[in-house]
Amino acid sequence: MSTRSVPVYLRQKRTPLRLTLTILGWALICLVALFVVFPFVWMILTSFKTEKDVFALPAQLWPAHWSFAAYSEIWQELPFARLFLNSVIFAGGVTVISVVFDSLAAYALARLDFPGKNIAFYLVIATLMVPYQITLIPLFQELFDFHWLDSYQGLIVPRATSAFGIFLLRQFFVSIPRDLDQAARIDGASEFRIYAQIMMPLAKPALATLAVFQFMNNWNDFLWPLVVTSSTDMRTLPAGLTLFGGQYVVDYAVLMAGATISLLPLALAFFFAQRYFVQGIATTGIK
Amino acid sequence: MSLHNWSYLQSTQPFIGFQNYVDLASDPRFWNALGNTVIFSAVTVPLQIVIGMLLALKFSRSGFFRRFFQSIYFFPVISAFATMAIVWKFLLSPDIGPFAAWERALGIPTVNILQSTALALPAVIVVGLWKNIGFTMVIIIAALQEVPESLNEAAALDGAGTWGRFRNVTLPAIRQPLLFATILAVIASLQVFDQVYVMTGGGPLFHTETLVTYMYELGFQQYRSGYAAAVAWVLFILIMLVSVVQLRIFRYRDVD
Repeated sequence: MSTRSVPVYLRQKRTPLRLTLTILGWALICLVALFVVFPFVWMILTSFKTEKDVFALPAQLWPAHWSFAAYSEIWQELPFARLFLNSVIFAGGVTVISVVFDSLAAYALARLDFPGKNIAFYLVIATLMVPYQITLIPLFQELFDFHWLDSYQGLIVPRATSAFGIFLLRQFFVSIPRDLDQAARIDGASEFRIYAQIMMPLAKPALATLAVFQFMNNWNDFLWPLVVTSSTDMRTLPAGLTLFGGQYVVDYAVLMAGATISLLPLALAFFFAQRYFVQGIATTGIK
Repeated sequence: MSLHNWSYLQSTQPFIGFQNYVDLASDPRFWNALGNTVIFSAVTVPLQIVIGMLLALKFSRSGFFRRFFQSIYFFPVISAFATMAIVWKFLLSPDIGPFAAWERALGIPTVNILQSTALALPAVIVVGLWKNIGFTMVIIIAALQEVPESLNEAAALDGAGTWGRFRNVTLPAIRQPLLFATILAVIASLQVFDQVYVMTGGGPLFHTETLVTYMYELGFQQYRSGYAAAVAWVLFILIMLVSVVQLRIFRYRDVD
């Protein structure tokens, strides 16, 4: 995302002191960067260790014998395929549904005139300020009354719209020139057609940003699936791995293999489409 | 709900007025959790903003290495905190963890950090910073790139040094996003849950118990929902108060 290079006026005279400071600064950055990546490196390398290596004293970073056993055992030791599938259904479902609903709501707030529009918009902004942890208790009661606890609809439906998504897309829709949809309206296009065939294609970058943001947050979410699900068959990856890690699994290699696999989809997506990850967060700052 | 003696285990939910809040006021575990949450927040937020800002200033310009390091510092943001907290617990393990191995190699006595009443909370704070600094950094980088280059240039021509440009040009220009990053960091830190639940479970002896872990235990392990809802309201009011105060402070700066 950086595009600017260092301008001329910033190129200061190279005094020895300044040079030392620059070198020290970068050395510190490298050192801290090592600290930042170390847990990931440790996690991946441990997943290839044999049990003997895991418990070796003193602890070794590099496996003495490379072993893929953990990656085959994980499917038996944990209901790992089920956890993975649940994460895909939960995070994927929330992402698709909320992108559709958020864009519809955002279109209405950006383009249509209807009574109570301003109130609706302020309500959306107000919900932005309320963290979901606070609504957890009443929401749990509601799902309990619906008999929706421990089910996919219980996990997904409360997340079907997001104030952040509506806000983000509304801001984007407002920035699209009105002439485009006015022209379509004169040509007799329905509002839904304008939304589907004019606004949505133009909003692709914003939609991608929102989709990545939603997928990441739900894939990684811990507290919500922990509260809503109770049977092992309904757990998602973070909740499932954590509970298994605490209870049955003593085989760290298997646990680390699970952590590695669960990181893989987002890591790959991050590698290829970093800017969508960054944009989702960056836009929260520039409002 | 917070005004009822509400529980899923009972068929009736009697109305008890403000009794839950009265009980809360004399509940030592609540005050302990509130205290831990405030300490966590008060230490985390300034460090997160200052370090995030320093990194952002260093990485906001182009260049392969800057982008490379920016990606590295951002990477923990995309990982699942609960899962990575398992890894951290492993790293800090006193018998098979690598940190303990280094301590032994250096001849330092090993401590069980997560079981230590003095070190568990700092450990949870460091891991929280590890996870979230990239988030703050990215917001500030985006803000820095909106600052017109000409402003900096003009200030440099007028003889402003690095600090002067930062204090008088950059800082005012990114005030709004900075405020936002701070509010987000405060809100997130007041709701700390994942790493505490996984790494220490609130222990040792409640030394890392926070408002949300206490609320979780009350609501979903003891099924005292009314009481847990009262804790949630306290958290909500706390978040609102801090956000309003921050908005005020930044507004006043605007006037002078």
